[in-house]
Amino acid sequence: MSKTVRPLETAAALDAGEVPAGAPAETLGQYAHGWWTQVRSGQSGILPVLGGLVLLVVIFQLLNSNFLTPANLTNLMTQGAPYVILGFAEVFVLLLGEIDLSIGYVAGIAATVTLQLAAYPNPTPWWLAVLAGLAAAAALGFVQGLLITKLGLPSFVVTLAGLLGFEGVMLYLLNNNAASSGGTVSITNNILSDIVNGNLSNIVGWVVMAACVALAGLFFWSRDQRRRRAGLSATPAGLTLLKIVAMGVAGIVIVVICNTDRGRGAPFSGVPWVVPITLVILVGWTFLLSRTRYGRYVYAIGGNAEAARRAGINLARIRTSAFVLSGLTAGAAGIVYASELGSVSTSVDGGTLVLDAVAAAVIGGTSLFGGRGKMLHALIGGVIIAAIANGMGLLGVSAPAQYMITALVLLAAVVVDALSRRGSTATR
Amino acid sequence: MTTDALPGARPAPAGRAPAGATGAGLLPAGAPLLELRAINKSFGSVRALTDIDLVITAGEVTALVGDNGAGKSTLIKAIAGISPPDSGEMLWRGKPVHVSHPKDASALGIATVYQDLALCDNLDIVQNLYLGRERLHLRTLDETTMELGAKRALADLSVVTVRSIRQLVASLSGGQRQAVAVAKAVMGNAELVILDEPTAALGVSQTRQVLDLIKRLADKGIAVIVISHNLRDVFEVANRIAVLYLGRLAGVAPAAEFDTQTAVEMITTGTRGARPDTKVAADGEKDA
Repeated sequence: MSKTVRPLETAAALDAGEVPAGAPAETLGQYAHGWWTQVRSGQSGILPVLGGLVLLVVIFQLLNSNFLTPANLTNLMTQGAPYVILGFAEVFVLLLGEIDLSIGYVAGIAATVTLQLAAYPNPTPWWLAVLAGLAAAAALGFVQGLLITKLGLPSFVVTLAGLLGFEGVMLYLLNNNAASSGGTVSITNNILSDIVNGNLSNIVGWVVMAACVALAGLFFWSRDQRRRRAGLSATPAGLTLLKIVAMGVAGIVIVVICNTDRGRGAPFSGVPWVVPITLVILVGWTFLLSRTRYGRYVYAIGGNAEAARRAGINLARIRTSAFVLSGLTAGAAGIVYASELGSVSTSVDGGTLVLDAVAAAVIGGTSLFGGRGKMLHALIGGVIIAAIANGMGLLGVSAPAQYMITALVLLAAVVVDALSRRGSTATR
Repeated sequence: MTTDALPGARPAPAGRAPAGATGAGLLPAGAPLLELRAINKSFGSVRALTDIDLVITAGEVTALVGDNGAGKSTLIKAIAGISPPDSGEMLWRGKPVHVSHPKDASALGIATVYQDLALCDNLDIVQNLYLGRERLHLRTLDETTMELGAKRALADLSVVTVRSIRQLVASLSGGQRQAVAVAKAVMGNAELVILDEPTAALGVSQTRQVLDLIKRLADKGIAVIVISHNLRDVFEVANRIAVLYLGRLAGVAPAAEFDTQTAVEMITTGTRGARPDTKVAADGEKDA
């Protein structure tokens, strides 16, 4: 019998060190013990993944001292952003236990629509073009979601058809409307270009970072206070402080890195726009998944669809809308990607993009089997994938070797996932 | 330390009433809650239920026993509204009712806990208990209210074995999962709880927990119907035993009037045996 199965009498008599899996603790020591129990029972959280990222960074820095320069790290953030946001898109469907293979080309179509609308000779306002691109992406997600829920088709097959079909649609749009430029639409709008290539001024970067950390800290702190007032156990105050301090340190490090002059000749510095944009998407979707009824239902369906159905949850509506949100987020990723490249062309490889997105989510700790995962996982996984590509690029590693090493990292992440699942069922 | 561990006899905290405000408006123990009159059900040419007359009383545990194919599942599906009977009458608190859909049943206060329990392993106990009826505050989940309500619901049932109400259901034992499933059913103000094989596949101590839970449900004034193949469990918790045999009610009587021998005979032959005075120790019979 597992340790967690113990009547209260015994539980009360336990020494303070033995906090069970999932039980809140009042002191840091208890919390550490509880965390270790959770790790052993298969809920390891994100710390191991962060450890892996640190390991990668150390290795790359030892092999090439250019890796940890401010210019390269800022580069890494802008390179990673499309993977991260595309990973956010994939998390929605992975949580349901489904998969969406089409989002790479959904992103491509969104980018094409936006850039073509904003292009000369008759440029639409940039925001209208962005909205149109996002709407097109959401609509593609909606159609696929309907096919999957109304006809009961497997998401793998429907979105595989999407992967093929949407590449066709993207090529058609580019070839027909941009034939004169060889199937390439360049960004002519400054704001669209600035999404990735523009920077906050140094002062604004500090102010935004300070505001973010203060808001997040206030949120965590007041949540703990509310729980304590209600007589419920809350995270130890020391740990919450530690979290807030860690966020502050991370924020300061990022701003310091980005605000260092990385210009060649002319001074050039600041936090790229895409960093706060990615954070806004992260916070928004995390809020949706963890604080709203909708998010709760997504997790419930991923965990046990039949239980969700019996609880009166409208499975078709939640599933379809998850594909819409996935498409919408993929659209945002596509626009960011185009902004980074400065154009969108027929050479956009949505197949590789989607696989990197799935890998980002899974490496970060989202389960392929549904019900387990967070938006934060895609952020960390996306950064890892970008770091591997960036680091190996610096080292001059060949493309074949890059693919193989990325594959090994993905396999390692899936092995950890499978092993931890085994651990969690063993405690039953 | 673990203030989240559930004290058994802790008074319910004041505040907004959670969904599980059981105890309000229950019938007094012994009063007839549900009356079945001449219930018939056929599947094609097969008569699954023939003229079933059964009275379920508040605060009592009624065990439904019978061999495979005797009609136990068909009967509870009829009560739960999953597959309504072809003919017959159902009286709820003395008034005729039509239960043609599971929603009708739950509106009346009939809750069914099926063998698969329908819990989400990846959610914690609070999230499972409130699944589909989440409390909201400013359109976001009101975790504090739900956690207090869940604590109260489990304390109501004296479920003291879970250490943290925020632990994932995946990490619970079989008995604890059953307890959570029952609490979830009762939280919807259930007056009649139907349990389908609640102790199947449970170990000895887990079975004990579940049987105690069933007794507590009855003590609270809730009517309980238990389907079980395990006669030892049936004799332990049931106030009355109803034996089904090939779709007919072979007999219904207070549990004290049965012993294992007569029960087995009624289950296997449909009639009470010729040697009613032959007493056999009530253990030793399993999966009769």
